[in-house]
Amino acid sequence: MGLRGEAAIVGIAELRPERKPQREPRFTIEQWALLSKQALDDAGLRAEMVDGLVTAGIAESAMFAPATVSEYLGIPVNFAEHVDLGGATGAGMIWRAAAAVELGIADVVLCALPSSPVPPAPVSQPPASAARGRWQFGASSSRYGSPQAEFEIPYGSLAQNAPYAMIAQRYAAEFGYDPRALAKIAVDQRANACANPAAIFYGKPITIEDVLASPMVADPLHLLEIVMPCAGGAAVVVANADIARGTRHRPVWIRGFGERLDAKTPTYAKDMVRTPIADAARHAFEMAAVTPADIDMVSVYDCYTITVLMTLEDAGFCGKGKGADFISSHDLTFRGDFPCNTHGGQLSFGQPGLAGGMSHVCDAARQIQARSGENQVADCHRAFVTGNGGIMSEQVGLVLQGD
Amino acid sequence: MDKPLPVPTPVSGPFWDALREHKVVIQYSPSADRWVFYPRILAPGTLADDLEWREISGLGTLYSFTVARYPTAPAWAGDVPQLLAVVELDQGPRITTELVNVAPEAIEVGIRVRPVFCDVPGSDVTLLKYEPH
Repeated sequence: MGLRGEAAIVGIAELRPERKPQREPRFTIEQWALLSKQALDDAGLRAEMVDGLVTAGIAESAMFAPATVSEYLGIPVNFAEHVDLGGATGAGMIWRAAAAVELGIADVVLCALPSSPVPPAPVSQPPASAARGRWQFGASSSRYGSPQAEFEIPYGSLAQNAPYAMIAQRYAAEFGYDPRALAKIAVDQRANACANPAAIFYGKPITIEDVLASPMVADPLHLLEIVMPCAGGAAVVVANADIARGTRHRPVWIRGFGERLDAKTPTYAKDMVRTPIADAARHAFEMAAVTPADIDMVSVYDCYTITVLMTLEDAGFCGKGKGADFISSHDLTFRGDFPCNTHGGQLSFGQPGLAGGMSHVCDAARQIQARSGENQVADCHRAFVTGNGGIMSEQVGLVLQGD
Repeated sequence: MDKPLPVPTPVSGPFWDALREHKVVIQYSPSADRWVFYPRILAPGTLADDLEWREISGLGTLYSFTVARYPTAPAWAGDVPQLLAVVELDQGPRITTELVNVAPEAIEVGIRVRPVFCDVPGSDVTLLKYEPH
């Protein structure tokens, strides 16, 4: 059951993350078109071949996002999907595209996540301020009737930092906590970023001491363990086997996936430190008929250092509670014995909105295609990718593989 | 800047009404033999239509916490450090809250905690905060 591995990632477009946006503001649908063109060119495919699209929400239309995109691109599709999984959206798009291809619904599917600023309206409009109001509490919804508005926000427990800090604190109480091991995740990923000119922290190495000396934001999370939001965007083209074999790069087959979610707010998760990553990863490995030992590199969602540690544990790369030992005893850089987040991770590459989640798909695909440049992992044929949305609550795992 | 206050809904009203009287009530599903928080219209998991309100002590154990050194939103700019917490009620459900009457250094996961009913001045809302027991 599951995917047969007959759909492949064949094209990638990824904008350089920008902390202070320099690119001209474009509407989401314009960014969608530009990213799609770039990703199709990368694959060597024509727009006329596209017959599927997967989008997230777009700024220009609160509803009907896929139809708006299809119309704007001038590309009619057999498969139109809207994914809403926060940081897991990118990874969630990929398996949906692969499923559509394997079912024969579509031959070429575009997945795009424009994540750069849109032009401000020339006159102040109430909808614009309403949109700002919607995001004033980060991932927490302040709308009437939202459980977060009623039971979280009034206590100041909102957005992402505090809930992730509480996950880390709970982890510490159950398993112990080695701040240096957590800091090493950020340090190794920064080393990767220093070999990736596209990364926002390119040319800025850090040490464990730097991480531990950075301001404590919410105990036990230091500033340098927290992701940097920025502008960017990404698009990925998924195609069927016949088409994939005629594209410009080595096809990256989508061999397995898993998806699992159970809550929005970690307070109500079944267990705050045993996450749905376990199920998502197990399903992905079983579908691909491989184990963690068969993986050449991982690109796992890293909004915080604790996210990486818990992901590696729950996905089975090490035992539960053994993550700190695992990190301390392995080199997580692209040169190391456990290459992890070779683009720098979002911690050091930058987090361009939802495209930050897709950056892990792009990172893994580039490695398998042997076009990671200075960061290239030798002999990289199989990768494990995760997407993580909400507060460790929405999880997608992918196993990607070259021929 | 004013802090956002909860706006009770028709379903959640009894919880907030009880807090105003400095009592804690949560829902219970007899068919699932399970306590429920936050308030629902049907029992989570089974979707049984048998939720009933029952008064509880509100006592619980600290499941996790953080000391937020930077305000989590502008409205809390004058309130750092914020002592944010998740309490596991003795009946099982967990609840998001804020700790009061405690120094940050004295907080530990696993300590027993009890309710502190905080009437919000100028409103008819009472928030359910916690302190060490």
